[in-house]
Amino acid sequence: MTNHFLGDTAALLGRSLRHISRSPDTIITTAIMPIAFMLLFVYVFGGAIHTGSGKYVNYLLPGILLITVASGISYTAFRLFLDMKGGIFERFQSLPIARSSVLWAHVLTSLVANVISLVVVVLVALLMGFRSGAGALAWLAVAGILVLFTLALTWLAVIPGLTAKSVDGASAFSYPLIFLPFISSAFVPTESMPGPVRAFADNQPVTSIVNTIRDLFAQQEVGGQLWIALAWCVGLLVVAYALAMTIYHRKIS
Amino acid sequence: MSIDFQMTTEQARGPAIHVQGLEKSYNELHVLRGVDFDVARGSIFALLGSNGAGKTTIVRILSTLLKADAGTTSVNGFDVVTQAANVRESMSLTGQFAAVDEILTGRENLMLVARLRHLKDAGRIADDLLARFGLSDAAERKVSAYSGGMRRRLDIAMSLIGDPPVIFLDEPTAGLDPQGRVEVWNSVKKLAGQGTTVLLTTQYLDEAEQLADRIAILHAGRIIANGTLVELKQLLPPAKVEYVEKQPSLEDVFLAIVGDKGIGGDADTAGADGTNN
Repeated sequence: MTNHFLGDTAALLGRSLRHISRSPDTIITTAIMPIAFMLLFVYVFGGAIHTGSGKYVNYLLPGILLITVASGISYTAFRLFLDMKGGIFERFQSLPIARSSVLWAHVLTSLVANVISLVVVVLVALLMGFRSGAGALAWLAVAGILVLFTLALTWLAVIPGLTAKSVDGASAFSYPLIFLPFISSAFVPTESMPGPVRAFADNQPVTSIVNTIRDLFAQQEVGGQLWIALAWCVGLLVVAYALAMTIYHRKIS
Repeated sequence: MSIDFQMTTEQARGPAIHVQGLEKSYNELHVLRGVDFDVARGSIFALLGSNGAGKTTIVRILSTLLKADAGTTSVNGFDVVTQAANVRESMSLTGQFAAVDEILTGRENLMLVARLRHLKDAGRIADDLLARFGLSDAAERKVSAYSGGMRRRLDIAMSLIGDPPVIFLDEPTAGLDPQGRVEVWNSVKKLAGQGTTVLLTTQYLDEAEQLADRIAILHAGRIIANGTLVELKQLLPPAKVEYVEKQPSLEDVFLAIVGDKGIGGDADTAGADGTNN
C-alpha cells in the first residue's frame, strides 16, 4: 500500500488546493489580522515603543510572521473537521489508499496556503518601509525556520481537527497560539517586562524564533538562539506529529 | 466461469460476503449479538431493519471502517481484519450521507476517486460514468449546486469506479424524493445485472421487495429471518383470497403526472392502468 503514498497524497493535495483556490478568502483572512496588527503597532503604538535603533517595522515583522502562521493553521483544523463530519473521510478510508496520505494532503495544503499568506504579509511590510540587507542565504534560513514552524503548528492543528466536536472547537485552539507572541520579544524587548512575565517571555518558543529571524534580517550573528529556536520547532513537530498520528490511527482502526 | 489466476478456488466459489458470529457493542449498548449471513456472488441482498438496528454498524465493519468485537467476516474471500487492504480493493461503500466533495465539480469528484483507485485515464472513466448516470450536463458544476437525487447518483457513480465486485449501499434512498428513489433503484438493478454483488441496507420494505434477491431482517442484534421474498411470505399464515379494488398509489399518481421518462416502473404503470379500466 505504501508504494501508493506519493500518488495518493498528490491526488488528495490537488483536491485541497482546489478548495483553497475556490475560496481564496481563507488566505486573505489569514493575512488580514497580522497586517492589521502590523498597521496598529507601527502607526499607532510604535512611536511609544523603544526598541533601540532602526525602524520599528523591521523589529516587528518576525513576530507578525509567526502570528500569520498561527492564524493560518486554524483553517487546517477547520478543513479536516469538515472532512471528518461529512462522509468523504470515510469514503477515503474505505478506498485502497495509503491511509496517512489523507493527513499529509491536509498538512501540505496548509504549508502552501501559509507560504502564500506569508508572502502577502512580507509584501505589505515592504510597502510599510520594511528593509533588510539580508542575503539569499539568510532569507533561505528565514524561510526554512518558517516552514518548520508551520509544519509543527499544522500537525498540532491536526489534533483538534480530528477530535473536535464542533466547528468552533476545531478552530478555537489557535487563539492562544496567536496571542503567544504578545508575551514574547515580538512587540517589545523583554527587558521592559516585570520579572515573572519576563521569565516566561524569555523562555517560550516565540522569543527564540523571533530573535533568530530578526538577527537574520538584520545581518547579525544569530548565535545560540538559532539552536533553541530549532529545538523548539523540531521538538514541537515531533510531539505533535506523534500525537496526531496516534489519534488518527485510533480513529480509523 | 473463468477464474482469475490470483484467485484461489475458495475465493472464486465462496460467497461474496460471509458474516459469522458478528458481535459489536458501544459501551453498554450491545448492538450486534451474533449476526450470521452469506451473500451469494452477483446477487442483491437487502438488510432490513428499523433505525438503530445495527445495519450501518455491519456495513462499517465490512468496509473496514470499524472493528468488530467478535466474529469472522470476509468480503470477496478476504478476511476483513487480516486482509483489510485486499478488502478495500474488492469493495466500495456508499454511506448513508452522500460522501461527495461539495466544492469540487461532479467530474472532479469522479476523477479523484479514479486516481485514488490508481486507475489510468481518470478523465475518460469520469466522462463514462457521468453519461451513464445522466450527469453529463452537470459535470462542470460544483456539487454544492446539485439536487439530492443528483448527489446520490454521483455518490453511487463514485462507488462504481474500478468495478469493485462488491458494493455496499447504506440506506441509498434515504431522504430522496420518489423520482430520486426510482433513479437509484434502476442504477442498483443495472449493477446486479452486470454481476456486481450488492449489499444494501434499508428500512423501506418496498425497497427490499423491489430490489433484493434475498432479504434478511435484523432485529435486536440478530438476523431473525433470511430468505427470498417468497420464502419470507411463507412464514406467514397462508394467504386469504380477498377482493380489493386496487387504487393507484400516490407514488403512481405522482410519477404519472410528473411524467418522467426513462423510469423503470413501466410495468407498475401498466398494472395501474389495467385496474382503472
